[in-house]
Amino acid sequence: MIVNHALHIAYKDLKTEFRTKQMLNSMIIFSLLVIIIFSFSFADFLTDQDLITMVAPGILWISFLFAGMLGLSRSFAGEKEEGCLDGLKLCPCERTSLFQGKVVSSTVLMFIMELFTIPLFIILFDYTITGIPLLVLVILLGTLGFMFVGTLLSALTVNTRTREILLPVLIFPVLIPVIISSVTATSKILTGVGFANITEEIQILVIYDIIFFIVAQLVFEYVIED
Amino acid sequence: MALISIEELYKSFGNFRVLQDINLEVEKGDFVTIFGPNGAGKTTLIKILATLVSPTRGSVVVNGFDVREKPIDVRRSIGVISHDTYLYHELTAVENLRFYGQMYEIDHIEERIRDVISRVGLAHRGNHRVGTFSRGMKQRLSIARAILHNPVILLLDEPYTGLDQHASAIFDKIMQQLGTEHITRIMISHDIERGLKLCNRAFILNNGSFVNEAMRDKISSIEEYRGVYEHLVTGE
Repeated sequence: MIVNHALHIAYKDLKTEFRTKQMLNSMIIFSLLVIIIFSFSFADFLTDQDLITMVAPGILWISFLFAGMLGLSRSFAGEKEEGCLDGLKLCPCERTSLFQGKVVSSTVLMFIMELFTIPLFIILFDYTITGIPLLVLVILLGTLGFMFVGTLLSALTVNTRTREILLPVLIFPVLIPVIISSVTATSKILTGVGFANITEEIQILVIYDIIFFIVAQLVFEYVIED
Repeated sequence: MALISIEELYKSFGNFRVLQDINLEVEKGDFVTIFGPNGAGKTTLIKILATLVSPTRGSVVVNGFDVREKPIDVRRSIGVISHDTYLYHELTAVENLRFYGQMYEIDHIEERIRDVISRVGLAHRGNHRVGTFSRGMKQRLSIARAILHNPVILLLDEPYTGLDQHASAIFDKIMQQLGTEHITRIMISHDIERGLKLCNRAFILNNGSFVNEAMRDKISSIEEYRGVYEHLVTGE
């Protein structure tokens, strides 16, 4: 039943978003701009494959996370208009379904943004990626970790006046394990290594995701209360 | 047994006391209006009944369910109409109702939507986006949203805010219709005239406590009640 409610919330969020495309357009444009700006900044070094392999994964994840922040900051803030957040809290369902629904809708938007960003990244940085499934796995785990923490903190900051500033300040220190593991794993994948060489990073991401999913389930009820 | 029973309710936010020693019993079909100045604790009281805020102390039972122990059952029993409409501007009227209907797990949802949207006179605008609606139309749709799941209790938090005279008159008419169905209603309001017109019991809340309770039929005139209100609230 919780899953049903969560899916209804996610479907509602995506339906409203696809009608206006306010958040999605901003996320995609911002992410593409970051990739383009960095590709111009490193234009002189694009032939130095070793250097690019060192910095490019960081650039890719910076674009993902910063663009994702735009979506996250609106995730709950959008529900404040017309008091819709109270409307959701009044529904006869577990409050965690609100968290799960928001995670699903924000993750879908983030994946769409990533789908636009990766091809441009490959073209501008002149990559031939062989380990696509591995890259997808790392992006999936990294994105989920970002969403579990981000959605929880987005709910926590929704009633503050400085939420747009407060959210990034709170989220990035908590995300350090995800950022380091995702960047390192992506870097290794881009050099063409196999799964065996990124198991450590994958383990950290999986454990992080599980821990923060459980923590969010336990505390969300208190986080969302007035 | 009373439909709503509040005993020795206290609520504080940190050291700031908002409600103290609140006792209230509301029977099925009652229309209770609670008047009070800004900061009296009216909205907090409604939020506690709606399970949006937890009481600090005391017992609050709604439709036989304790708000702390059975919040989901309480939410299923109530509908809330506020100055906020809880509606999504990008969705149509029907889509808004369908979303809330799914969240309340209503059976035969399309039939129910047709019923409630006709009752509030918005059937012809069902497929229009709520963002294009006037304030009065949004508030009527908000009534449809609140009664969609057939609640036994309606909580009304300053529902007239932003409504013009015509929209307020339509709102009153719908409220009176709901009265014939014996839906229990608790309204908080600043508007003494309008509040007294609809209710059968009136309370005045000041500084977090009830300072007056009156049966509507014992109040001889609105002016007299306004005098009592002014005296109790401002001391004049």
